[in-house]
Amino acid sequence: MDKMDKKEEVKGKQENKEKREKGEKDKEEKLKETEKIEEEKERKIVVPGEIVAHGFQFLPGDGTRREGPDILAMKFGLLEKNDRLVKIIPLSGAYLPRVGNTVIGRITDMNFNGWFVDILSPQEAFLPVSECFARINKADLAEVFDIGDMIVAKVKSIKSRNIDLTMRDHGLHKLSDGMIVKVNSSRVPRIIGREGSMVKIIKDETNCNITIGQNGVIWIKGNDIDDELLAKEAIEFIVEKPFIEGLTDTIKEFLVKKKEEMKREEKEKLKETEEKKKEK
Amino acid sequence: MAEKYKRTDGRAYDEMREIKAKAGVIKNADGSAMFSFGDSIAIAAVYGPRQLHPQHLQDPSKCLLRCTYDMLSFSVNERKKPGPSRRSTEISYVTGKALEPVLQLDAYPNTVIDVFISIIQADASTRCAGINAASIALANAGLPMSELVTAVSMGKVAGNILVDLSKDEEDYRGEKIKETTDIPVAYLPRSDKISLLQLDGRIKVAELREAIKAAKKACLKINEIQREALKKIKE
Amino acid sequence: MKQDISKIQQKKIEELISKGKRMDGRHAHEFRKIEAEINVINKAEGSARVKFGESEVLVGVKLNVGEPYTDSPDEGTLVTSAELLPMASEEFESGPPKIDAIEVARLVDRGIRESSFIDFKKLCIKEGELVWNIFIDIYPINWDGNLIDAAAFGAILALKSAYMPKLTEKDKVDFGNLSNKRLPLTENVPITITVNKIGKSFILDTTAAEEKAICSQLTFAVSKGDDKELHINALQKNGDALTEEEIFEMIDLGMRESKRFFDLFEKITEKKEKKE
Repeated sequence: MDKMDKKEEVKGKQENKEKREKGEKDKEEKLKETEKIEEEKERKIVVPGEIVAHGFQFLPGDGTRREGPDILAMKFGLLEKNDRLVKIIPLSGAYLPRVGNTVIGRITDMNFNGWFVDILSPQEAFLPVSECFARINKADLAEVFDIGDMIVAKVKSIKSRNIDLTMRDHGLHKLSDGMIVKVNSSRVPRIIGREGSMVKIIKDETNCNITIGQNGVIWIKGNDIDDELLAKEAIEFIVEKPFIEGLTDTIKEFLVKKKEEMKREEKEKLKETEEKKKEK
Repeated sequence: MAEKYKRTDGRAYDEMREIKAKAGVIKNADGSAMFSFGDSIAIAAVYGPRQLHPQHLQDPSKCLLRCTYDMLSFSVNERKKPGPSRRSTEISYVTGKALEPVLQLDAYPNTVIDVFISIIQADASTRCAGINAASIALANAGLPMSELVTAVSMGKVAGNILVDLSKDEEDYRGEKIKETTDIPVAYLPRSDKISLLQLDGRIKVAELREAIKAAKKACLKINEIQREALKKIKE
Repeated sequence: MKQDISKIQQKKIEELISKGKRMDGRHAHEFRKIEAEINVINKAEGSARVKFGESEVLVGVKLNVGEPYTDSPDEGTLVTSAELLPMASEEFESGPPKIDAIEVARLVDRGIRESSFIDFKKLCIKEGELVWNIFIDIYPINWDGNLIDAAAFGAILALKSAYMPKLTEKDKVDFGNLSNKRLPLTENVPITITVNKIGKSFILDTTAAEEKAICSQLTFAVSKGDDKELHINALQKNGDALTEEEIFEMIDLGMRESKRFFDLFEKITEKKEKKE
């Protein structure tokens, strides 16, 4: 009997310990969340030449530079201070490719070695035949990708004269059908959301497949053109409101409302056509 | 001896005309802005960095900065024939030189940054209005800049140093033949350097010093207005 | 540099149109939000700023005096120009006007000229020696399609709201010194509408993207005659061949939609008159 009691006692103590630890963990996470939201609230717009931090404990990140003890903004954008790293998140401007970026582009030309792709980058982008996914008979280049086709590719390397793309990775393919939406590349992180949370909501609510190119070109593929238009509207809504908090909830509400509107409109249309039939 | 000169619009010698500035006015451009000194209105659009054709113009060590200043036909009293003139070519060139020092052009080799400046209403100081607008537009385009460039036209009229010359001050004819000295200045407020300085007229060294001092003061105010325009941008 | 659209974008625009829809949610015959202001440039004798959605254009009217053309010694002259400013679109290139700009200018010009909107005879100062010269200059500031319709509308607004400058004793223009006299204009206001064919449907007020997807275009200017019936003063077809039936369907559509512009023109120019 004593042994059983003792075991239960130990178990009990352990459970309490676990509960306490979990409780503390939850508190920590909640604190981090509120801190993150507080940080977003504190994000202010800065302008080139402005002093954004003072002191050698700060590190100059993207879009900033150090001048003595000061950290100065070099770009126009949102100031972000994470711990000691100070960086600027751009709000506008041309797309600047980074190696590893997923991009959506249009085939504009080709030669024996591959295809020229317009990915809206400052340098020309090229997809060599060797970086294509299937075995290609060189004579059939146009049959694989023709001028006017659109592809999802990845940036493999950036040289001074041009950019090399690759299709040798999963998820990269030629686009057939679907809708293309173009946004400023600086908005892409907002549309993707924290760990893809934002785009997931749009996908779920509209039943669409969505591929977002880092270059600001977005591909939407749904079963219904109305679903695709709805997804497009949601994306444009996000683009116009980059600063507000709780955007994921707002977007969900927006989509739910819109779908109800669409249903109502359809019902009304059906009514009209039925009434017209009756008149006849 | 300097006569007591009264400015036609009643301004003090160190007073600028009303300044208006707005960023993001042309949606298609990567960056854009409108800037005006009184009735002189300039709009600027920036496209870039982008591909540069033909290839032989490309510079493998850096990005090319290409500025084009142009006055619209109806921006002046007597209609200006469309197309570039020697004057607009010169202004395009010095505007580019005024903006270059703040840009990090070696970050984008083989490409071009196009800056287009259009004067839609001209009432003197158009090149300065253009530089101010271009500066805001370059920042709006997300380009890395060490700071914004500011510009103001200084002048010596009837012996007095004036800030922000208007057209009638530029054209002032007193008893002697040439009574006006026109001095456009572009200034980098953070590094305290001058990136554009031109002069036409007749002026002593001490007076030029005075003019530059006054220009710097005015430029600091312009810088504030440029910053406000960027911060107020509707996103 | 001129851009093309991709195959799937072309397909999607056509698919939407076949259902009477467009990418920006409009119906096939719907115009975007129209903004129009007059007297926006103080150095121009007449001016207007017109916006169809995000497509913005500035139009200015400048006047001068000079010799008449030899074949019309008692008439004033009109010159219409357009410059596709590179700032308005990445597709506009620097340099002298090419066919795109020339076509816009000529279409706007023909609508005004052929409708007899301007009473050229009243612009004569001394027959055979001195007449008024009117210059219309068109500048797109941000191009998002349908430049012709916007420019033409801006041109008539600029003309209607213009004041004539005073002349010196030597019969030279005293620039900057305006009289309170307006230009001698008639009631024959020309409205220009462009109708576009895409797939089997017709659309109005194309965006830049839509303009790359269309196959044919019909631009025409209409004005009301004495009998209050609409007359066609100028017409131009562009793109692929059209059947006779299609042409008249497009004209019919354009004429119906022109009403909104006649009304808007009255509204904007009347406001200014009332103020005086």
